[in-house]
Amino acid sequence: MISALRARPRLNLALLAILLALLPFIAGELIGQSGVRMLDFALLYVLLALGLNLVVGYAGLLDLGYIAFYALGAYFYAWLASPHFGLHLPFWMILPMGTLFAAAFGLLLGAPTLRLRGDYLAIVTLGFGEIIRIFMNNLNAPVNITNGPQGMDLIDPIQIAGVGFTGTHELFGLTLPATYLYYYLFLALTLVAILVAYRLQDSRIGRAWSALREDEVAATAMGINTRNLKLLAFAMGATFGGLAGGLFAAFQGFISPESFNLMESILILCMIVLGGMGHIPGVIVGAVLLTILPEALRYLGDLQRATLGEVIVDTANLRMLIFGLALVLMMLYRPAGLWPSRQRQRELTAKGEVAIHEQESLADVQR
Amino acid sequence: MDIFAQQIVNGLVLGSIYALVALGYTMVYGILELINFAHGEVTMVGALIALAVIGALLGVAPDLPGILAVIAGALVAIPACMLLGYTIERVAYRPLRQAPRLAPLITAIGVSIILQNVAMLIWGRQYIAFPPILPQATFQIAGAQVSALQIFIVLLSGVAMAGLWFMVQRTRLGRAMRACGESRETASLMGIDVNRIISTAFIIGSALAAIAGLMVSAYYGLAHYYMGFMLGLKAFSAAVLGGIGNLGGAVLGGLLLGVIEALGAGYIGDITGGFLGSHYQDVFAFLVLIAVLVFRPSGLLGERVAQRA
Repeated sequence: MISALRARPRLNLALLAILLALLPFIAGELIGQSGVRMLDFALLYVLLALGLNLVVGYAGLLDLGYIAFYALGAYFYAWLASPHFGLHLPFWMILPMGTLFAAAFGLLLGAPTLRLRGDYLAIVTLGFGEIIRIFMNNLNAPVNITNGPQGMDLIDPIQIAGVGFTGTHELFGLTLPATYLYYYLFLALTLVAILVAYRLQDSRIGRAWSALREDEVAATAMGINTRNLKLLAFAMGATFGGLAGGLFAAFQGFISPESFNLMESILILCMIVLGGMGHIPGVIVGAVLLTILPEALRYLGDLQRATLGEVIVDTANLRMLIFGLALVLMMLYRPAGLWPSRQRQRELTAKGEVAIHEQESLADVQR
Repeated sequence: MDIFAQQIVNGLVLGSIYALVALGYTMVYGILELINFAHGEVTMVGALIALAVIGALLGVAPDLPGILAVIAGALVAIPACMLLGYTIERVAYRPLRQAPRLAPLITAIGVSIILQNVAMLIWGRQYIAFPPILPQATFQIAGAQVSALQIFIVLLSGVAMAGLWFMVQRTRLGRAMRACGESRETASLMGIDVNRIISTAFIIGSALAAIAGLMVSAYYGLAHYYMGFMLGLKAFSAAVLGGIGNLGGAVLGGLLLGVIEALGAGYIGDITGGFLGSHYQDVFAFLVLIAVLVFRPSGLLGERVAQRA
């Protein structure tokens, strides 16, 4: 069966397309509305993970403040499409501007960190993420820009050709709640993002990024402009984040600084580490897995309540605990991820072998 | 000028705590060139264990003098944190010493999430109050109110730093540590057990972190499963400000950062005409960090350069 599928890539693709098209109906039938919402979120996380993968997976720059761009995209959408400032621009105007807005901040973050090595960069980006959150939390006085910790609500839903993405709609004899419409919109944008990510990977830029990741000095010697490429990586990553943020704001109708804390940044990092850094299918699988897994864990909470009478281990707590363990165990035992790219796997195992030789020779000397 | 003097005092007290935590970062970095991300979490574990011991003791013997209860708490928390620091290094960092740089950084984040959530499982989400058992006396010094606790914090961290300095500069172990900081390979050729030295650096750093955690919870009157995160970040900023890998730099950076933060929080309202208030206090550490990395990546006293590929 599997070999038959492998032999026919086109059939394969067609089956996948049908599955993706029917997925919300399957989820809606099996789980209900919450299942479709979960799919929507999974797609948003795929977008975010693809964006972070450009920065971390391709260019090798560890960004721990990635969620800030998501936040900027979301707030940008909310400013221009909610009663807060009385503006109600259409989404097709806001989203491109929002991505540019986020990209500008990507450059802003990139510029001072250009010369920094990996671990410093991680801390600075983390600090950047926290600064953005602190500002979102406090910019409600004296001029109310972000409405502080209460967050912003009544954000306009997306509207295409007069069809607002609220309530339910009758289309082609099917009853479609808004979550279904969002699913198809998110799916379309995600597919575009996947295409962009693949094209970037195979382009001059993508190859230059991986050269940068492997050996910055050698890359510079080969005539690669490391400054511009790093800035571009940040800006491109931020673009993806900003887009996802705008979609999130429209989908949710409500945003608050709490949605954009450090743990979210780490969650997205977990997705790409788990799936396989720098490998697009791996990253997608990681994002989907880690969106669905917490929902599955919720049943563990119900199970505890049913069997023990109370929830002893909080499931949110359990979720983070599992993420933490997963990060450590993955790095120790499967550093290239669950579904790594072949090239990455070679790199990592090759390095490992060298390391073992080095250690052995050192041990000999010590004896 | 009273506010000024007061903020300087507050800043120095907070700064001496930052300095203790920063020493842990800088010691490990000096030898391994690794940022031990989980270090802030060790501080949190130290504070919570000490508080648990103090609470239990006061439950059994309510008449126990406060100082004794605190000392007992420290005596349990310090070894516990030393063990924790040793375990972290053994489990999460040692197997990855030859791996690409990203790998130990990611395990470090993992360890810090694990510690936070284990702490949340044990102690819950709520703030745990530090019992009011320490003397409350205050003194007037140069126009500023100084509490007995503040004086105690500064003195104790001074003693701890002096002890560390003596160990590093005057003992065999310290000489071995400095040798490993120069070059691990060469040190190992000279017969130094590098792995033991690295473990020692983690153990000492964790002991200092435990003391710092206890001091922070006594100073603010509470402890919390999330307290290690910000403290760790600020201490790291302090270590970078002073020049990471340099012990004197960590102390200087810590004190300086404490003062910058206190003055910043005290005056930001006046400077910006009320636009930004003191709740932006946490931003200063990051701004300092970014400014240092941009303009002087080696820090105030450091020679190492932060930009090697």
